[in-house]
Amino acid sequence: MFMTEKAVVGGRRYWMWILCLLGIIGVGFFCYLRQLNYGLGITGLSRNVTWGLYIGQFTFLVGVAASAVMVVLPYYLHNHKEFTRMAILGEFLAISSVCMCMLFIFVDMGQPGRVLNVLLYPTPRSMMFWDMVSLSGYLALNAVIALVTLDAERKGVAPAAWIKPVILLSIPWAISIHTVTAFLYSGLPGRTFWLTAILAPRFLASAFASGPALLILLCVLVRKLTGYDVGAKSIRTLAVIVTYAMIINVFFLLMELFTSFYSQIPASMEHFENLYTGLPGQPSPLLFWGRTSLVLMAVALVMLLVPATRRNERTLTVACAVTFASLWIDKGVCLVVSGFMPSPLGSMTPYVPTLPEVLICLAIWAVGALMITVFYKITLSVREGAEAWIEERPTPPLPAVTG
Amino acid sequence: MRDRGVIYTGLLIFLGLMTFPVWHDLAAGTTSRGPQPILPKQEKQCVAPLAYMRTSHMNLLMDWRETAVRRDVHSYKAFNGKTYNMSLTGTCLTGCHTNKDEFCDRCHNYAGVSVQCWECHVDPKLARRSAP
Amino acid sequence: MKISRKGFLEIGGLSLLAVAGKTAIGALLGKVEAETGSQPGAAPATRWAMVVDPAKCAEKDGCSDCINACNKAHNVPVIKDPQHEVKWIWREPFENALPTQASAYTEKKFRGKAVMVFCNHCDNPPCVRVCPVQATWKRQDGIVMMDWHRCIGCRYCVAACPYGSRSFNWFDPRPYIAEMNPDFPTRTKGVVEKCNFCEERLAKGQPPACVEACKEKALVFGNLADPQSEVRQLLESRYTIRRKPELGTQPDVFYLV
Repeated sequence: MFMTEKAVVGGRRYWMWILCLLGIIGVGFFCYLRQLNYGLGITGLSRNVTWGLYIGQFTFLVGVAASAVMVVLPYYLHNHKEFTRMAILGEFLAISSVCMCMLFIFVDMGQPGRVLNVLLYPTPRSMMFWDMVSLSGYLALNAVIALVTLDAERKGVAPAAWIKPVILLSIPWAISIHTVTAFLYSGLPGRTFWLTAILAPRFLASAFASGPALLILLCVLVRKLTGYDVGAKSIRTLAVIVTYAMIINVFFLLMELFTSFYSQIPASMEHFENLYTGLPGQPSPLLFWGRTSLVLMAVALVMLLVPATRRNERTLTVACAVTFASLWIDKGVCLVVSGFMPSPLGSMTPYVPTLPEVLICLAIWAVGALMITVFYKITLSVREGAEAWIEERPTPPLPAVTG
Repeated sequence: MRDRGVIYTGLLIFLGLMTFPVWHDLAAGTTSRGPQPILPKQEKQCVAPLAYMRTSHMNLLMDWRETAVRRDVHSYKAFNGKTYNMSLTGTCLTGCHTNKDEFCDRCHNYAGVSVQCWECHVDPKLARRSAP
Repeated sequence: MKISRKGFLEIGGLSLLAVAGKTAIGALLGKVEAETGSQPGAAPATRWAMVVDPAKCAEKDGCSDCINACNKAHNVPVIKDPQHEVKWIWREPFENALPTQASAYTEKKFRGKAVMVFCNHCDNPPCVRVCPVQATWKRQDGIVMMDWHRCIGCRYCVAACPYGSRSFNWFDPRPYIAEMNPDFPTRTKGVVEKCNFCEERLAKGQPPACVEACKEKALVFGNLADPQSEVRQLLESRYTIRRKPELGTQPDVFYLV
């Protein structure tokens, strides 16, 4: 039923890639064992900056996971047929992203052995509880959808009718996972950087720019490696979606900057100064990251807006990479750390991730890459198989006996 | 089968290594000897009947912890009418089982149980030793 | 009784939904796992609070009696590295602890002087609101309590606290405890801790360790619900301020200015 036999058949390049990923995962796993043994003190976190790379990566990846809705919505709800060959790749990206999110949360916990307490003692007033509920539900939804549609495709039949309402449910659910993640931050009275109503809309806008940008990159890569073409029209349409999302994202950022600097409230300005302009007497490692993110956002926006660079696939690829990088820095690095600077008592504690911390992050990204590789391998094998016999025999075969 | 010798030798070594725990403990007699915890000299009656403590002392401790920490109730009325303060260090270790190594650890080590209680709960012996 | 797979799944799904629905509705209506004897509507018989007199504290420069007493009573590790330190009570410059009161013309007697800060045991605590496993909760007597058995170390409460009162154990604290006190547990790596208003001493009728240790009597502890208590007298006779009152957390720690 899981068609895993398709994932263990591959060429030399495929296996070298898998081996490489397993190596990275192994190194990171070893680092995590050290963290389990010693404690989270092995990271660069501190009493003032208690969340860092792990939670930043989690936040960014929830956005990537939610962005699958940008393909599911037009395809399943509005029957935009150009996404036929792309939809399932988006769903697998979502599944891999959600798994990465859960892993990042797990490695961030001080007492991971007690993780089941979140289920044993449900606490509806805590946003973290709802985050767990929505992420788990989203994973389950997408896993079922992907499995059912791919399985039906392999058998050459249409998927069962009950999958349609499940797919439709996944659309508001995708919005909800990233809204709830934003709620983790935007309801905390002591953290002025996050205490803004626009945080959830900003999250969604940057998600819908970065996720589809990654999907475009993956589709181009897949075509280069396997010849599987999602279709120029789908890439062009998705690029337009990325463009609009990026416009909205930059607009929201400008809104934040206006409110903060026109009101001249120090508590509000401090965070942006720390990120973009620099505070007097406070050397900040974040300054480099904040400014780079801004520059990359501007470059990406221009490249996406100009039709010539957006329609040309080579420049579009660059634009998508720049988009992804700028938003990864903005959300994965700057957002979480900035919330803690300054601390509630006014001190700026710099956060510099340690090597074990970075290696653990890389390992989890490698897990995601491994999942995507295997999923795409299975999908493309199924599709190739389907296309192969369509050329031989126009009539659909009987449902396969083996599952 | 040319490599018969190597294969059988390898299998024998493997089996020997796999069954090491069994024949080692048989030879040393630890299994038949049992854990041998040293009981407290003064007190003869625990906070609960012996049979219950043997099977379920973890449940009693969990119950104590929920009641003492989360419900702020510290007094425990035992089955025999006596009242105790619900405290692992304060009641169990200070009052009766003054030597954790000779009592608690004996059974835990024998059964291969690694409890996390001692990561936080203080062994009074340790505290006395660390005092300047 | 012959039942088809589809039928079984339908019945199973409906049963699960019914059970989950009941639990969910109960939870949403606020019936989370019983906090210590909460009775809505009844006025509390006890409301512990602290009044801090920074002026008295400033009289004895460099004094750490309260900090040392607290560390000793609760096996609080003394970690020199400020990145990973664990502290329940400590001194902060006046401008940091009570920032809205400070200006370029702040009264000389307070400028740069130490103010003792610790958990405020807020009446509307954001840390309690965010904890996903109820490892921290507000007791009926006003103390915001911690259960170190339950804590999963997610540090959401640390992010939520507007006062920086909470510390996380980044590694095993035991090597940093000079003198182990057997009357109180230590904590282990991976859990969050903070001042607990010496609830274990209050249970025995003793005042908090810091209050007892302060020779200048700069820390006054008492029951707000008792009109005759010293804290009530102080609040009614002197001007007091609380930290970050605009956030609506309703701290139970007051500062005399």
